[in-house]
Amino acid sequence: MTGISVPGTNLAMEVQQASGAAGAAWLLLVLPALGAAVLLIGGRRTDKWGHLLGSGTVIAAFVYGLFLFLGTTSLAEDQRVRDLHLFDWMPVNALDVEFGLRIDPLSLTFVLLITGVGALIHIYSIGYMADDRDRRRFFAYLNLFVSAMLLLVLGNGFVTLYFGWEGVGLASFLLIGWYQGKDFAATAAKKAFLMNRVGDVGLALAIFLMFKTMGSTQYDVVFAQIGNQSTATVVAIGLLLLLGACGKSGQFPLQAWLPDAMAGPTPVSALIHAATMVTAGVYLIARCAPIYSLPQAADARLAVMVIGAVTLLIGCVIGCAYDDFKKVLAYSTVSQIGYMILAVGLGPAGYAFGILHLLTHGFFKAGLFLGAGSVMHGMNDEGDIRRMGGLARKMPVTFITWTLGYLALIGFPFLSGYFSKDAIIAAAFSEPGNRGWVFGGIALLGAGLTAFYMTRLLILVFLGKPRWKDLKSEDGRDYHPHEAPATMTIPMIVLAVGSVFAGLVLSGMLPEWLTPSIGPLVEAHGPLSHGMIAVLTVAISALGAGLAFLLFGRGEQPVTRPRRVSFPVRAARADLYGNHLNEALFARPGTWLTRALVYIDNRGVDGLVNGIAASLGGSSGRLRRMQTGFVRSYALSMLGGSILVIAALLMVRFG
Amino acid sequence: MTPSYYLLLSALLFTIGAVGVLVRRNAIVVFMCVELMLNAVNLTLVTFARINGTLSGQVMAFFVMVVAAAEVVVGLAIIMSIFRTRRTASVDDANLLKY
Amino acid sequence: MSTSGSWLLAALALLPLVGAAVVVALRGNDRTAKLAALGFSVVEFVLALVAWASFEPGGARLQQAFSFDWIPAFGVHISFGVDGIALVMIAVIALLVPLVIGAGWAEKLPEGRTAGGFFGLILLEQALTVGVFAATDVFLFYVLFEIMLIPMYFLIGSYGGARRQYAAVKFFLYSFLGGLIMLASVIGCYVMAGDELGQGTFDWATLVRVVSDAPLSTQIWLFLGFFIAFAVKAPLVPLHTWLPDATAEAPIGVAVLLVGILDKVGTFGFLRYLLPMFPAASAELAPLVLVLAVAGVVYGSLLATGQTDMKRFIAYVSIAHFGFIALGIFAFSSQAMTGSVTYMVNHSIATGMLILVVGMVIARGGSTRIADYGGMAKLTPLLAGVLLIAGLSTLSLPGTNSFVSEFLVLIGSFPNAPVFTAIATVGMVFAALYVLWLYQRVMQGPLRGSALVDSSGGGAGVDTARGGPGAARAAVLDPEVGAKKGIFDLNGREKAVLAPLLLLIVGLGVYPKPVLDTVAPTVDATMCEARLVDPVQPVQSAERQLQCP
Repeated sequence: MTGISVPGTNLAMEVQQASGAAGAAWLLLVLPALGAAVLLIGGRRTDKWGHLLGSGTVIAAFVYGLFLFLGTTSLAEDQRVRDLHLFDWMPVNALDVEFGLRIDPLSLTFVLLITGVGALIHIYSIGYMADDRDRRRFFAYLNLFVSAMLLLVLGNGFVTLYFGWEGVGLASFLLIGWYQGKDFAATAAKKAFLMNRVGDVGLALAIFLMFKTMGSTQYDVVFAQIGNQSTATVVAIGLLLLLGACGKSGQFPLQAWLPDAMAGPTPVSALIHAATMVTAGVYLIARCAPIYSLPQAADARLAVMVIGAVTLLIGCVIGCAYDDFKKVLAYSTVSQIGYMILAVGLGPAGYAFGILHLLTHGFFKAGLFLGAGSVMHGMNDEGDIRRMGGLARKMPVTFITWTLGYLALIGFPFLSGYFSKDAIIAAAFSEPGNRGWVFGGIALLGAGLTAFYMTRLLILVFLGKPRWKDLKSEDGRDYHPHEAPATMTIPMIVLAVGSVFAGLVLSGMLPEWLTPSIGPLVEAHGPLSHGMIAVLTVAISALGAGLAFLLFGRGEQPVTRPRRVSFPVRAARADLYGNHLNEALFARPGTWLTRALVYIDNRGVDGLVNGIAASLGGSSGRLRRMQTGFVRSYALSMLGGSILVIAALLMVRFG
Repeated sequence: MTPSYYLLLSALLFTIGAVGVLVRRNAIVVFMCVELMLNAVNLTLVTFARINGTLSGQVMAFFVMVVAAAEVVVGLAIIMSIFRTRRTASVDDANLLKY
Repeated sequence: MSTSGSWLLAALALLPLVGAAVVVALRGNDRTAKLAALGFSVVEFVLALVAWASFEPGGARLQQAFSFDWIPAFGVHISFGVDGIALVMIAVIALLVPLVIGAGWAEKLPEGRTAGGFFGLILLEQALTVGVFAATDVFLFYVLFEIMLIPMYFLIGSYGGARRQYAAVKFFLYSFLGGLIMLASVIGCYVMAGDELGQGTFDWATLVRVVSDAPLSTQIWLFLGFFIAFAVKAPLVPLHTWLPDATAEAPIGVAVLLVGILDKVGTFGFLRYLLPMFPAASAELAPLVLVLAVAGVVYGSLLATGQTDMKRFIAYVSIAHFGFIALGIFAFSSQAMTGSVTYMVNHSIATGMLILVVGMVIARGGSTRIADYGGMAKLTPLLAGVLLIAGLSTLSLPGTNSFVSEFLVLIGSFPNAPVFTAIATVGMVFAALYVLWLYQRVMQGPLRGSALVDSSGGGAGVDTARGGPGAARAAVLDPEVGAKKGIFDLNGREKAVLAPLLLLIVGLGVYPKPVLDTVAPTVDATMCEARLVDPVQPVQSAERQLQCP
C-alpha cells in the first residue's frame, strides 16, 4: 500500500562544499538588498535613476543565477547539491545556526523563477508606477522582496529559511499597504502579516522540535537524522511545517488574507501574491521531501493532501462568484496552490509535478495579473468586471497575451497548464484505494470549475458589449481604455510565451533535474490510464468553459451585481464565511478579552495596590488620634512599654 | 552593710517619682519627680558599683548628674516661658502639640 | 585589605558622577550645561568601549576587579568587577545616555526647572546604574540598588507629566519595598557566611561558594527575598503596575533609561544572584517563575493591544518582553540563557528606539493618545519609517536584533519547557498585532486626528509662508489636508540620535556574534554555578558541549 514511499535516506545527501563561481552565491542576496538599501537611504536623491538601479540589480542577479544554473547542469548528478558556509549566525554551545546557502537543483530552479519573473515585473513596474511620486520606494520594497525570497529558497537551514520567510512577509506587508493612505489597504496589509505570523508560529515550533530531538536546525543534519525519530515526532514536525505552509501560501484555514492582499499595486499581486511568495509553502514541503517521504510521515502527508484538496475547491467556488478582476485571480491562485500542495502531499509521486505546476503557474498567473494590471491601468484603476466588457479590440496585445495565459491555466491541450495540472490529477488518481478516487475526483472537479470562472472572466472583461461606455469611474472621469506602454507589454509577451511553452519544455526534464534535491519521481499508476485522464480533464474543462459561455456569453450582463441570488452564490461572495468565522472565533472574543483585561489591570491588580496604600493611609489616620498632646498619657504609655520590655527580658532570662 | 537596702530605697524613690510624674499636673512638681527618678537610678548605679567593686557605675552616676543638670536648665527655662505666656504651669493645659 | 586592581570600572562609575556635579554647577546657562552633559556622556561611552576592548571572554570570572575598604567592621567593600553580562549592560548604558541627552535636547521642561538639573540627574543615574552592574559586593549592590531610585524619583516627580507625583511615589514605594525585602536576604547571607567562615562577608564570589550549599529550605527563603526585589524591578506580572504609570509620566529620555536600563537590573539580578547563589531553590521554584513569565508574555501582549496611550503601550510591551527574558533564564539551557542576556541588550536598543520615536511623534502632535493621530506617514514619511523599523524589531522580525534573542530564548527553552514555550511563541502573533495596529492607527489611513489636523481650519490650515519646511511639504503632498503647523519630518538632531540605534538593530540582527562571544563564557559559568546541564547535546563535535571546570 505504501509502495510509493521512499525513505529519506535514499536521497543524495552527499553535500558538497561550494567553490568557484558558486562561492559567490551570496551575491544573489546582496545585489537586490544593496539596491534596496541604496534606494531607501538615498531618499529623493535617487528618484531619477532609482527604478533603473532596482531593475538592474535583479537582472544582474538573474544573469548570475543563470550562470550558476548552467554551471550546475554540467556537474555529475551526485555533485549537484552544494552548501556554501558564510558565517556562524547564532552559535551557542550545542546550537549552531549557521548562515549558509544551499545551491542545488531545487533552489536554483526557484532562483531562476524569482529573478526571472522578478526582473520582468520590475520592468513592467517602470511603466505601471510611472505616475507614482514614490516609485523609487516601490522599487526598494520590490528589491527587498527579491532578496528575502532568494534567502528563503537558498538558505541551507531552517532558520535561514525562516529569516527569508518572515522577510518576504515584511515586503508583502509593505507592498500590500502601498496605498497606505487608504484604510482598507492598511488593514489588508496588517491582516496578511498577522495570518502569516500564525503560520510562522507553526514553522518556529517545528524548528524548536527539530533542535530538541535532533540537536540541529541545518538541513544536512536534520534530513540525515529524521529517519531515526519516533513517528510522533515526525508527524508533529510534518504538521507544524504544514501550518507554516498554510499561512504563507494562503491555504485553508489561513486563506482569507490573500484576496485582501490585492489591495496592493498589481505588479505586487503578480510577483508576490501569485508567482513567488505564496508558493513558498510548496517549496517548504518539497524541500522537506526527506521528512514527508518517510513511512512514519504518512499521516502528515494525508493532512497535506486534505488541505490542498479542500483549498483548491474553496478557491474555485469563491472564484466563480466574485466580480473584482484581481480577487477572482487571487482565488484562482489560492486554488492553484491547492493543486500544488495536493501534489507535494502525494509524496515522491507528486513533488516534481507540484514544482512543475508552480513554475508554469508562475508564468501564466503572473501574465494574467499583469494583463489585469494593464486593463485596470487603462480603465482608471477600475477593478469591477461588470463595468468592463468588449476590451479585446481596445487592448489587442493585452487581450492576446491574457488569453494565452487563460488557456494555459484551464489546461488547454499542449499549453503549459495541460502538462502540469494533468500530471497532478493523474498522480492523485493513482493514490491507493478510495483516496485516489476522492482526491482525483476533487482535482478533476476543480479543473472544471477553473475553466468555468476563468471563462466568465474572459467574457465579462474582453468580450461582449462594452458596458463602460456610459459610465464614469469613481473619481468622475470617463473611461478611455487604451493599450499599455511597451515597458508593460513586453513583460506580458514574454510571460505569455512562457505560458505556452514552459510545460512542453519543462515537463520532460524537470523530474530528473530535481532528483538530487527531492528524490526520484516515482511513476504511479492508478485505475485510470494517463491518456484517459487527459481526455477526461480536457472534456470537463471544456464543459466548464461551455457552461460559462452559455450563462454569460449570450445577452446583456447587468452592470450592478444582482442582489437576489441563490445561497451558494451568496456564500461564495462572502468568502464561504471564512472572514465571518475568523471574526467570531478570534477577533471578537479577543477584543472582549483585551478590554476586560485592561479593566482588570486598572481596577483589579492596580486597584489592589492602591487599596493597600489607601488602607494603610486610613489606619494611620486613626492611629494619629492617639497623639493627644497630654504629657501624662505619654508618660503612662512609656511606663507601660518599659514594663513590657523588662517583663519580656525577665521572661527570656528566667522563664 | 547590706546593699539590698540601698536597692530597696532606690526602687521606692523611683516608684514615688514615677507615680508623681503620672498623677501630678504642676509642671514643676512633674519635673521634681523626674529628678527623683534620676537620682534613684544614681543610687542604684553607685550601689552596684560598690557591689562589683568597680568604678564604672560611679562614673555613670556622674554622667547622669551632668545630664540632669543640663536638663534642669533647659527644662526650667521652658516651664518659665510657658508660665509667662499662659499664666499656668499645668501640663494638661499645654496640649497643643498633637495630631 | 586596601585598594587594589584596575581603576577602569571606578572611572566608569565616577566620571558621570563628576559630570553630574559639573553640569549642575553650570545650570545657569542651559546650552553650556547641555554641551557639558553630552561631552561627559560621550567620554563615558569611549571609556566603555575601552572596557569592552580590554575584556577577555573566557578569562577570569570577574575582570577589571577593583576593591576598596568601606566598612571594615562588617567586611563591606566598595568592590567592582565585570563579567560578560555586566559588561554588555554597562556598554548599553553608555550608549543610551548620550542618545537620551540628544533626544532631550529640546525637551520642554516644567516651569522653573533647568536643563542643567535634568541632565545632571540623568548623569547621576548613569553613575549609579553603572555601579549596580559592576558591584561585586552584595551590600554595595544593595545600597546602589536603593540609591538609584532617588535620582529616578526626582526625574519622574519633577520633570514628568501631569500625574508625575503619583507615578514617582508609586515607583519609589514599589521598588523600595522590594529592596527592603532583599536587604533581609542580604543580611541572611552575611550571617550564613559568618556561621560558616567564622567571619561574615558580603563578597559575592565568597557568598556563592558558601550559600550555594545551604539546605533547600534556607535557600528558598533567601531566594524569595532577592526574587521579590528583582521581580518588582523587572517587572513580572503581577508586580508590574508601577511601570505603566512611571513610563507614561516620565519624560521621554527618562522613560528610555527606566525601561532600557533600570528594569534590566531585575533580570541581571536573576542571573548574577539568584542562579549562582541559590541553585537548589532556583531549580525548585523554576516552575513558579516560568508561570509568571509566560503569564507576563500573554498578559502584557493583550494589555498592550488594548492601550489607548502610546507610552503606556510601550510599558506593556516591555512587560511582555520581560516575560520572555525571565522564561529564558529559568528554562535552564545555555541557549535560552544566552538569548535572555542578548534580549536584555536588544530590548534596550529596540525599545529604547521605540520610545524615542514615539517621543518624536508626541513632540509633534502634543498628545500621547493614539486616537489623536492618523495618517501621519503622509506628513512625516521618515518618522513613519523609523517607527516601523523600531516596531519590527519589537515584534522580533528576523534580520533585526530582537529576533536573535527571542529565537534563542524560545529554541533554548523548548527542550525543557515545551508547553510554556509554545504559549510564549503565540506571543509572536500578539506582537505582530499590537505593533502593526499601533502603526496603522498612527501612521496609516487618511490624515486625521486632533493632534495633526486643525479642527478650526477646515481645509485651509496650511500656512506655507510661515509654517516651516514640514508644513510646506504637507501642502505639496495634499493641499486639502489642513495639517497643523509645525509638523515636519525628522530633523538632523533626531536623525543623529536614531542612526546608531538603527545600525545596531540591523547589524546585531545579521551578525550578533560580537555580543554572543562576549556573553557566552559568562553564561556557561552561570550554568555551571547553578549546577545545570544543557538539555540538548551537540551532534557534531563534543567541543561544543557546555563544559564546567
